[in-house]
Formats: sequence, C-alpha cells, structure tokens
Amino acid sequence: MQSVHSELPSHQTAVTSSSMTNKIDHSQLCQWLKSIAVDRDKQAFTGVFKFFAPKIQRIAQSKLNNEALAAEVLQDTMSNVWRKAHLFDDSKGAATTWVYTIMRNVTFDLLRKMKANKEDNLSDDIWPLAEALNTEDDSFSDHIQSRNLLGVIETLPENQQQVVKGFYFMEMSQEQLAVHLNLPLGTIKSRLRLALGKLKLKLGEHHD
Amino acid sequence: MIKHHPTFSMLQNFVDGDLPASLAAGVAMHAGMCPMCQQKIIQLTEQVAEANFEESSDLDLFTNDADMKTAELDFDDIIGEITASDDVEPMKAASIERSVSFKGTQYVLPNVLRNMSLGKTAQIGKLSRARILLDEGEIHTNLLHIGAGGSIPEHTHKGFELTLLLAGTFADEQGEYVQGDFIMLDKRHQHQPATELGCLCYTVANDALHFTQGINKLLNPIGSFIY
Repeated sequence: MQSVHSELPSHQTAVTSSSMTNKIDHSQLCQWLKSIAVDRDKQAFTGVFKFFAPKIQRIAQSKLNNEALAAEVLQDTMSNVWRKAHLFDDSKGAATTWVYTIMRNVTFDLLRKMKANKEDNLSDDIWPLAEALNTEDDSFSDHIQSRNLLGVIETLPENQQQVVKGFYFMEMSQEQLAVHLNLPLGTIKSRLRLALGKLKLKLGEHHD
Repeated sequence: MIKHHPTFSMLQNFVDGDLPASLAAGVAMHAGMCPMCQQKIIQLTEQVAEANFEESSDLDLFTNDADMKTAELDFDDIIGEITASDDVEPMKAASIERSVSFKGTQYVLPNVLRNMSLGKTAQIGKLSRARILLDEGEIHTNLLHIGAGGSIPEHTHKGFELTLLLAGTFADEQGEYVQGDFIMLDKRHQHQPATELGCLCYTVANDALHFTQGINKLLNPIGSFIY
C-alpha cells in the first residue's frame, strides 16, 4: 500500500478501510500492531505510541478538561494496546478504529467512575472491541472459532497446552499457574508467549 | 421486523461515548438485533476514528523530540513503563450466559447486561421488574416483564422513556412491536402497551410514568414502580 497521498478534501465520502486515502499510514500501523502481538516488539510499540499519543492526549484533554485525567486516559489506552495487540484483527477494521474504540471505552469507564462512583467497567460489554463487533454473525463464528481454537491448541507441545488451557479456559493467573505447575513464573510467561505466537500463525493459516 | 430504531444523533452520541451507560447499553443491545444499525455504527466509528486521528500535521510536531520536552508528559517514560509489563490480555473464553427468570420463564440476557448488578424482582399483578443498578441518579433502568394478557395502563411521561423489547411482543395505539424494537418516547406521547403472550423489556426512564385516565390515576404508584 502506498503511504503518500494527496491531502484529502475535508468532505469525506467513502469510509471503508480500503478506500481511506489520507495520510494515515494504515498498513504501517497494522504491521506495528502485529509485531507487538507476535514479538512483543518495543520498537513497534514506540511507533504506535508516537503516532497516537499526542492525539489521544489532545482528545482526552478536550473531553475531560483535566490534565491528570487526560494522562490517565493516555496511559490506560496505550497499555491496553500493548496488552491486547494480539486481539487486533485487521480484517475487521482499521487500526485507527481499534485504538479509537479502546480510547473511547477507557474514557467512558473513567467518567463513569467519577460520576456514578462505579468501577463496573461496562464499556467492553457495551462496545466490544472490533473483533467481536458484528454480534449475530460473529457470535456464530465465535463458536466455530473457539472450536477451531481448541483443535489448534491440541497441536501445541504438551507443556504449552497446559499453560494455554489454564490461562484461557480456566482463567488462572500466570502466578497461579506457576504455583499449580510448580514452575518459575518466567517459564510460564515464555511458554505462554511462544504458544500465542504459534496459535496466531496457525489460526491465520486456517482462515486464509 | 424491527421498525423502531435509535435516531442518527443518538447513534453518533453512542459512538462518541457520550450517552449514559443505560442508554448506551440500550443502543448496543438494539444493534445486536438490528444489522442495519450495527452497520451504521461500524461506519460511524470508522469515520470518527479516522477524523480523530488524522489531525493536521502541525499538531503532530508534538512527536518531535524537541517539542516533547515542552509537553507535560514524558512519552519515553510512559513507553518504558508500559512495555516493562509482560501481561497479555487473555482471549475471552466462550462467554458465560446469564439468564433471569420471570414468572417461571427463563430469559437469556444479552451480553451487554451480563456484568450489571440486578436488584431483587418486585411484582404488582402481571408486572414484574428488576432494577438494573447503574447509579445514574434520576435515570432509572429496569428489566420489566409483562405477563401474558398484561398491560400498562395508558400513561404519559414527564421525561423520556426508552423501551427496548428483548423478548416477546406487545402492542399499543401505534401498532405492534417486536423483539429489538427501540422505542423512545417523551412527554408528547401517550400510550398503553399490552401484551398477549408476555414480553420482557429493557426500560430506561428519567421520571415516573404518569397515568392519564380516570380510575387509572389511582394507579400512579405503578408509575413509580415501573420507573
């Protein structure tokens, strides 16, 4: 994809990601997110951060009118990007849409915490991240996907399977798993990361 | 077929994150049942995201190292702090369904509601309601069940009343409503919904219902019951 385009006229007509022809380099952003997901690439994260952070800071500042809160939105949004990059699916929408969704959700939960004094973090139920947005079709394909997922998990080496199943299906924390399997925390973490990388590859193959 | 939808400006507010949780949840549940609104929301979200992040280049000068020192926040510190963490978000396991039961009928709740706290169910006649405890001040949110053959006496509203039909059907002077219908009424409207086979609604109102007809005025306690 080309990254150099002429200025967009302020009147924007088409909105599908394929026809976005402004100066946001969408393919670069997607690539960075993938590197974060697969390799925990800090350089890529820095790229993503430097693109979004000033904008997030400015948007949050104008919405919340408070510098400390704006800083909190920035911090939370970007650490979600770091933690959730593997959930980003570029076939479901642009990276900008995905990050926007995270920022909007973080802001909503923060405002609700202040106004209603509720820390119920409802935003991810109200606005599920793009990978689960298309409810009806997706809840169906989600079932298929989780079935596929199990099949793919079974192909992992036994020691990685244990960790993945414990973490995702039994919802144990990494610390709990370390105790449960009598392994150092670092081992749990690296197995999980290895397994995730493999899953990502295999599931990718599966879908294409 | 769903005939009643959120207005365009409500969808915009939804995408911007500017609706109270109660109404945002209503729009989200409607969109879950209405592919048309779902599509609009997806497009709007893309547009808004694009508009937010494409901003003119002079603001992006912020990212220059020289200018960053003038910004309050030290981006490199934040980056370091965030990337020091090794945690990754677990993929969501197949979502756990949450259901409620009214008058012996079991209803699976939409995912949007699965983490909201519900109050105890209270009943008057064929009406049962469980408050959804969102703590939004004058805005009250309920699950309202009307048993088969039940109705709500003709009433009007001082504020707004959103009724989202989650299951079953009901009818009023305007016609028949089906699952997914998003019915936003304000004080200009009067209506008297009745259901033949029973229905479950998600309701949001910012004032008590006000009964308008003769003897039913005596029922105004039901108005506060439903609100």
